[in-house]
Amino acid sequence: MAELLRLATAGSVDDGKSTLIGRLLYDAKGIFEDQLEAIRRTSEQRGGTETDLALLTDGLRAEREQGITIDVAYRYFATPKRKFIIADTPGHTEYTRNMVTGASNAHVALILIDARKGVIEQTRRHAFLSSMLGVPHMVVCVNKMDLIDWDQDRYERIKSDFMEFAARLNVHDITFIPISALRGDNVVQRSEHMWWYDGSPLLNHLESVYIGSDENFIDPRFPVQYVIRSQSPENPDFRGYAGTVASGVLRPGDDVLVLPTGTTSRIASIATADGEVAEAFPPMAVVITLEDDIAVSRGDILCRPNNRPTVSHDIEATVCWMDDRTSLAEGRVYLLKHSTRTVRATAQTLHYRLDINGLHRDEAAPQLELNEVGRLTFRCTEPLLVDDYTTNRSTGSFIIIDPITNATVGAGVIRVIASTHASPNVVRHEDGRLSRRDRFAALGASGATLLFTGLSGAGKSTLAAGVEEAFVRSGRPAFLLDGDNLRHGLNADLGFSDRDRTENVRRAGEVAAMFAEAGSLALIALICPFAEDRQLIRTLHEQAGLAFAEIFVDTSIEECERRDPKGLYARARAGQLPGFTGIDSAYEVPLNPELVLGPEAGLLSEGVSLVLGLLEDLLR
Amino acid sequence: MAIPRVVAGSGTPAGAAAGPSGAGHYRLSDIRALEAQSIHVFREVAAEFERPTLMFSGGKDSIVMLHLAKKAFWPAPVPFPVLHVDTGRNFDEVLEFRDRHAAELGVRLVVAKVQDDIDAGRIVEDTSPGATRNRLQTPTLLRAIAEGRHDAVFGGARRDEEKARAKERIFSFRDEFGQWDPKNQRPELWNIYNARHNKGEHIRVFPLSNWTELDVWNYIRDEGIDVPSIYFAHRREVFQRDGMLMAVTEHLAPGEGDPVSETMVRFRTVGDADCTGCVESMAESIDLVIGEVSSTRLTERGATRADDRISEAGMEDRKREGYF
Repeated sequence: MAELLRLATAGSVDDGKSTLIGRLLYDAKGIFEDQLEAIRRTSEQRGGTETDLALLTDGLRAEREQGITIDVAYRYFATPKRKFIIADTPGHTEYTRNMVTGASNAHVALILIDARKGVIEQTRRHAFLSSMLGVPHMVVCVNKMDLIDWDQDRYERIKSDFMEFAARLNVHDITFIPISALRGDNVVQRSEHMWWYDGSPLLNHLESVYIGSDENFIDPRFPVQYVIRSQSPENPDFRGYAGTVASGVLRPGDDVLVLPTGTTSRIASIATADGEVAEAFPPMAVVITLEDDIAVSRGDILCRPNNRPTVSHDIEATVCWMDDRTSLAEGRVYLLKHSTRTVRATAQTLHYRLDINGLHRDEAAPQLELNEVGRLTFRCTEPLLVDDYTTNRSTGSFIIIDPITNATVGAGVIRVIASTHASPNVVRHEDGRLSRRDRFAALGASGATLLFTGLSGAGKSTLAAGVEEAFVRSGRPAFLLDGDNLRHGLNADLGFSDRDRTENVRRAGEVAAMFAEAGSLALIALICPFAEDRQLIRTLHEQAGLAFAEIFVDTSIEECERRDPKGLYARARAGQLPGFTGIDSAYEVPLNPELVLGPEAGLLSEGVSLVLGLLEDLLR
Repeated sequence: MAIPRVVAGSGTPAGAAAGPSGAGHYRLSDIRALEAQSIHVFREVAAEFERPTLMFSGGKDSIVMLHLAKKAFWPAPVPFPVLHVDTGRNFDEVLEFRDRHAAELGVRLVVAKVQDDIDAGRIVEDTSPGATRNRLQTPTLLRAIAEGRHDAVFGGARRDEEKARAKERIFSFRDEFGQWDPKNQRPELWNIYNARHNKGEHIRVFPLSNWTELDVWNYIRDEGIDVPSIYFAHRREVFQRDGMLMAVTEHLAPGEGDPVSETMVRFRTVGDADCTGCVESMAESIDLVIGEVSSTRLTERGATRADDRISEAGMEDRKREGYF
């Protein structure tokens, strides 16, 4: 199945961005002969000797006249693995608003650096905006390597210059690729000139970058877009709530809370024109029917009783101002369109303007001008239902509309600060400590423990690490307690006798419970061969009232031995490891685990998805 | 904390949810992701506008658009009428399909005729040899929008079709004269669309913006959608004009001495019979059409549309005047 990947490209005027896109499109057959012929003709008319690939993306008369790109151009191409949508955004300072437009939906931001110039103001600006817009993956192409004689040292210097700046941004996945777009080095084909580069060429990287955990599958949010009523003979008295799943997974039978009204009900069905579905996840567009006849209308959000967005009149956000006729100043009134709700709002406080290049905060700035970025608080006439943008792009974003001109004049990404969103609920207790409920509410996270059990080499740690990463990337704390690693530290004094094994498990369980109590997801990856020991961890959590689930990674002994990643089975067979589970010590198969991942679970990503689904049930 | 026991690999409900292409867990295929985005756009318009209409010509893109509209509001009917600007130069097969399809779906079809504007003296027809009615559509379209008091008009244009269209927003603002100002477009972020406009102004909405020609055909196949017969290879009388293969119809006769031949052809786009060329093709079934579309090295408009050949910025100029 082909996946859709949205790519936003950014670069300065002469970085060779259009050449790069031209090459990607041409090599991936995304350009057609007649398009190429048309730009060849135009290039010739202008007296150029070479075909100017920039003309491919410059579709407007003014752009061709001025030789610059004014507006975002969308381009499409596909490989057998993925379909790509490129939002090609101009690099000039004055067109920052287009860069923001292109990046808002992107999975990957591609930033170009001219190897001769290194990191310049534009580079920093693009990196900052990509990070502000929460683009999950960044690819930095250092272009024109041919013009610096494929110099590895210069490349490495550019890389560390960029990293020095990026360290202050909220970007988790940065990949560097040295390329020559003109000559095609490391674009589609591996470069022969840069033998020292051991990563993938660009296209290969774009085909394989993992975007499966970019969506938030944890927090169910369903903004109601439109109410569908039908009284046809087939569907008498149908009333359903149409919308696009913003985040999380919804299933029939789920308890839901309707905000802002606060009424509760249960999902009766999830309908589509193709029939009912068993679950809905982003970005599916579906129709939800509820068991109870309650008032729900456009602008409402369906969520879970125990996992809800913040309801507030005061919205704090980082705002990019995009209007050239007016400026954003305190006291002015605007319309904010957030999800499916539009409200009137006053710009109450401009906390500071951000100098994008140095990330310096100017607290004395009186207003925001075109393409400037700053932190504001808006006061809304009606409450908005928001999440922090870093955990939820859909419910964490809004556009600003000028009520007089109707123009879109700005865009904001919402910052929900724990102290404001949970303040009325957090109370200190007599012993001076927070209750668990208040702690979880204030953190916006709930603790839980997952125990991954199975034979050595079954894939427990790999799976647990996948879950850990997906969870953390969705903005929730998670930590993997790996059996092998624990034995290097906390459990270094323990051996492999039955008694030591039990103690090993007990300690892992106690530590996990502390992590869970602190609001984190604790993942234990341990062989944990005895039913009694696993029960010990379970009981410990149940008594403390902490969420717990056991996941049996059911890989056969034959398969584990075939994999033998650490060579342990070979040593055990040779008699060097007495008491090795599965060889001369028993593994008691779990009788009632919450989840069994058999070999038919297939890909790692599918296993991770199943565990995330389980977690969602566990944490509701 | 009762949790159902789940065993992986034994049937994936999300696969069913993700449509016929069969997706993995929590992943939509590219075509289902495009479908979801289009449905979102339809619902947004129905919620925020008073009097939308959908441009329906009987061409493949408008058929897919209408199919998506039907899915977006299911089980309720499509909550707006459809509009066709009839130049009087359309292919008979397509007009027949248009009427039948609208009737089958139970949508109200409004036809605005260019001929009526000519007869009423509102527009003057260029009757010189080789003149087409392509540009005359715009006044008729704007009249129909004004008469219907439409505040939103869905169009089936796709960004991959043409370079000016590649710059178009999904919600594209038009002033009271129906004009597009490409240098002053509203920024469009996330899936939040600005529907605000004053009386007399309207918004053109393009739900298929991110679809390619191949996506459209794959979707037609996956969903079993009916399209006019002229999209498939058939035998007809054709002749060469300006490097394009034109069909002999009541609207277009070959020039003096132009050789006419009977050839197997099909149409990649459906416009006016006097400016839409066809391509030689043996693709008689949808699978063969998809095979042909995936291997072609020419764009659909570049190959067969004389109306785009006026100048380098032909489409942009017409769009500025209010054309789709």
